[in-house]
Amino acid sequence: MSTFLYCLKSGLLNLKKNLLFSVASTATIAACIFLFCLFFSVFANVRSIAYQAENTIGISVFFNQGVSMEEKDAFRDDIIAHGGVKEINYKSAEEAWEGFKEDYFGDNADELAAAFADDNPLAESDSYEIFMNDISEQQAEVDYIRSFEIVREVNYANSVVDSLNKLNQVIVIVSLAMIGILFAISVFLISNTINLAAHFRKRENEIMKLIGATNGMIRAPFVVEGSFIGLVGTIVPIGLMYGIYRHAETYISEKLILSDSFNSLKDIISLIPFREIMPVMLGVGAVLGVGMGFIVSFITISKHLKV
Amino acid sequence: MIEFRNVSKTYETGNRALRNITLRIKDGEFVFVVGRSGSGKSTLMKLITRELKATEGSLIVNGKDLNTLRPRDIPRYRRGLGVIFQDFRLLNDRNVYENIAFAQRVIGASAGKIRENVPKILRLTGLSAKYKNMPNQLSGGEQQRVAIARALINQPSVILADEPTGNLDEKNSEEIMNLLYEINAMGTTVIVITHSREIVEASGKRVVVMNKGRIVSDSGKQAAGGEAETVPWEYDYGEGMK
Repeated sequence: MSTFLYCLKSGLLNLKKNLLFSVASTATIAACIFLFCLFFSVFANVRSIAYQAENTIGISVFFNQGVSMEEKDAFRDDIIAHGGVKEINYKSAEEAWEGFKEDYFGDNADELAAAFADDNPLAESDSYEIFMNDISEQQAEVDYIRSFEIVREVNYANSVVDSLNKLNQVIVIVSLAMIGILFAISVFLISNTINLAAHFRKRENEIMKLIGATNGMIRAPFVVEGSFIGLVGTIVPIGLMYGIYRHAETYISEKLILSDSFNSLKDIISLIPFREIMPVMLGVGAVLGVGMGFIVSFITISKHLKV
Repeated sequence: MIEFRNVSKTYETGNRALRNITLRIKDGEFVFVVGRSGSGKSTLMKLITRELKATEGSLIVNGKDLNTLRPRDIPRYRRGLGVIFQDFRLLNDRNVYENIAFAQRVIGASAGKIRENVPKILRLTGLSAKYKNMPNQLSGGEQQRVAIARALINQPSVILADEPTGNLDEKNSEEIMNLLYEINAMGTTVIVITHSREIVEASGKRVVVMNKGRIVSDSGKQAAGGEAETVPWEYDYGEGMK
């Protein structure tokens, strides 16, 4: 206990003696982890939105002109028998027209639609809406549906999801590049901080070696110092991220979702609750921050142990 | 027991610091090692502390062959030694008590053991009244006493003192030497490197004289009736002689 407290106290004293470098190292790690948290939350939410889009939008199947209701029913039975389908709903041309009027004509729906009274512009636009149990099978299902000769067109969330996936790829590349640069700077700064601390404690280390202290005992205060820098560099950005995320959640739920202009996005855009993404942020942050502080200080101090 | 058997040490630069040294120091002995600068005294010390390793021959300390000692066993071996330097090497940001307790902390002694041992050593070294003082509030002699207390706290079997009176006036030098004799009288082997002719002559202790990496005179060997070269004091002690 006495040894543990001694190492802890010495490590914290090192931080105090090296305040400027310690703050710089902590700030760089914090920036590195904050960027990770930021990009990770954007990445996770974009992926979640893509997933929700796939689930919400489903697959719409339109038929060629003149296809009979019996053929359409047979198609439905075939799709169900093929498996993997969670839900399949028929949407008649009339229902499609009603939905269109509601979405695009708004309050003046009846007035504007009067011009089409006897002529449904969406005749022959009856369709099946298909929702899959497992969204990863959607593309295979689309390919299967396209193999039917009676099918004219298949709409699904592919383009939206593709765009979102491409956006995610860009996010991953940009974030990895930035985190990589900050990571390198962090390693350099921690290493310098520990070197400086070792310089301040050179005499103490020499005496310790000659008295019979083990390498572990000499190393411990420096590892405490490095780990503490990593710990603070992890806690601060995650705390900051929590605040920002809560604000974003409030903004999206109050300003965006409640606004009529974004009514159609209500089901798609919703942020993942912070408590769900926090374990990943905390885990990766701790490994990045504390782990980096621990390992870099451990390695850096090794070269000062030769007495 | 410290035993050098045909020990030589050549540095990577090619400098041959020790040449075929054979020396035996018995448990509880007091030995002065003298010689001019570059004679190999410090290398001899560093071999005993295992800061350096002999290039030839073998060095046995307390039954351990230092040439075959594993790196992970070195800390435990060093706990059996107490080292004192000319420049005291105290930690200036800690008081007397903490400087002494430091030696126990770094080997993992319990807080209770430290509280028990430090006052005893303070009393032995005559520092009880100064335990709260910082090193810069002490005289040179007192600082060296702290260094001796630190070397003693872990109860080593050997004390190695490299010019312990080098920075002290005559009175303080005498006090420090008396303290070292006292420690020796308690059974601890003491090896002192010095340039002070007065101290050596007044002591009547064994004197090993070194020159150019060789032992050129050993009063212990002579006393035992062995063969020893004798050279004039002036030559042995060099220009730095006091």
